Amino acid sequence: MTRGIASLLVGLLTLVGAAQAQHKAELATLDYHLSARALAPGVYVVEGDNADFSVANGCNIINTGFITTGDGVVVVNTGPSRRYGEQLRSLIARTTKEPVRKVLQLNLHPDYFMGHQAFVDVQRLATPATRAGAAAEAAAYETNLYRLCGDWMTGTEALLPDTDVAPGPWRVGQREFELREYRGHTGSDLVLLDKTSGVAFVGGLAFSRRVPTTPHARVSEWLLSIEALQSLGLQTVVPSHGPVFADGSGLAQTRRYLQWLDGHFRQAAQQGLEMNELLRAPVPAEFRAWAAFDTEYLRNVAHLYPLYERDALRPAAKLKP
Amino acid sequence: MSSAARRRCLIACLAALCAGPGLAAVPSHADPFQSLPWEDMRREYLGGARAVFDERVQVQGPAFAEDPMNVPISLRVDSTLGPVAQIVVLVDRNPIRRVLEYFPMQALPALSFRFKLEQASPVRVAARTADGVWHVGGTWVESAGGGCTVSGATRKDGSWPQTLGEVTGRLFNGGEASSARLRMRVMHPMDTGLVGGIPAFFVNRLSVRDAAGTELARLQTYEPVSENPVFSFDFAQAPTGGVRVVGSDNNGNRIASQVE
Repeated sequence: MTRGIASLLVGLLTLVGAAQAQHKAELATLDYHLSARALAPGVYVVEGDNADFSVANGCNIINTGFITTGDGVVVVNTGPSRRYGEQLRSLIARTTKEPVRKVLQLNLHPDYFMGHQAFVDVQRLATPATRAGAAAEAAAYETNLYRLCGDWMTGTEALLPDTDVAPGPWRVGQREFELREYRGHTGSDLVLLDKTSGVAFVGGLAFSRRVPTTPHARVSEWLLSIEALQSLGLQTVVPSHGPVFADGSGLAQTRRYLQWLDGHFRQAAQQGLEMNELLRAPVPAEFRAWAAFDTEYLRNVAHLYPLYERDALRPAAKLKP
Repeated sequence: MSSAARRRCLIACLAALCAGPGLAAVPSHADPFQSLPWEDMRREYLGGARAVFDERVQVQGPAFAEDPMNVPISLRVDSTLGPVAQIVVLVDRNPIRRVLEYFPMQALPALSFRFKLEQASPVRVAARTADGVWHVGGTWVESAGGGCTVSGATRKDGSWPQTLGEVTGRLFNGGEASSARLRMRVMHPMDTGLVGGIPAFFVNRLSVRDAAGTELARLQTYEPVSENPVFSFDFAQAPTGGVRVVGSDNNGNRIASQVE
């Protein structure tokens, strides 16, 4: 009992800002009602719904962020639409007098950059792999998001990142950052560490209380990346999806999920299960309770199970016809 | 009502129909999907024979097609229907509606495969019983569209000739409903002919034979079957000594491999 209360308290304390009122997107006015929450002096997160894309939430399911440096603002990801980008920029203007100096895009997925149009006058940085991937996928992203999000997308066209960025120390104004490039969620997963505050923007490598998205995932590489990140002893971890935790537990959750998925899918393939059987096989209650389970788990199976199936089948000897 | 809202309503209505008395144990003549092409499909693909909608023909698919080029479908005909000579898989709203025909022979009337879905549609499975009546089951798969009119990965990157006709596979111990399962994958681009300048090129026949050469099961496949298709066949008795997979494509290329 005592331990139960203690762990409950720890849970409450580590879920930073869980009590914050959620601002909901408003379809009638196409207002996302974005709000900035300070995680440390000058370091802000702009939290999206922990859900799947929908018209009701304006497809705002991403956590973006911005950081003042004394010499302008660094923006981390720009959201799913032109409108989101514009509303993010006006939120930044309401929050700080510093001009926006740089946009940093952490991976190639659409909600990381479809708001770039509001930052056409700003240097937009991404790794070479992310730039190439975003260019290749942009047209498909536009089609898909217009279909899923409707009027929220009006006027949105992909504006790509325009400048390469490489891992290593990165100084902007008075702030010392470190950029680290990992892979596994996508082919290039950039992580921004703010040395001053200790806040880490880990992009799609962590999904907290949400089933991870996997269209470009490589599970074994992803797990190695999470292990590497965990060894850094990060405190406040901002995932792109789901709540911000002060103890890095979003990383632990994603690691737990991927380890379960890896073992479960491998075993299913080795037993000869086909996809519909796997889709209907039991999933631990913890994961079923996470956001977007119904749609995202189906996608996980569609994206990843064929790889496990392939490993389970053996080359058949050719016969003379 | 917006078109998206209408579509959601339609799906909800269909879901209600599936859950409701429309697909009760008693076979029915009322199409649970109320699909306009169905009557023409019955004439064209089922020889105009009598067809009843029957939930004992069980069809499983995903709620939506995350990958419209690889929509997984599993079918199983309940043993209370007696012997099944032929099974036909049809997709109402595909530009090419017939996906495959399955002759279970000595295998169980159960099959899994993946296919290319062009748009949201009912997926029908018609099983012909000994009295010549088609028993039809189905499932609805939602889709953003585009499965039949784009090239597969090996056509896009040009790698298909290096692996054409190669088979990988394995015989597994069966699950609850069978004693053995053959899963196999045949490398083939399975071009639909609906991509500009690329003619239809697809596996059209696959047989599973035992070590003595006796045919255990036969598939006739058509353009909508997925690239590098994966099939699962279930058997009441495990074939001894492995199985041979033999077949061809519509250009006359031969497939012949031994799966252990």
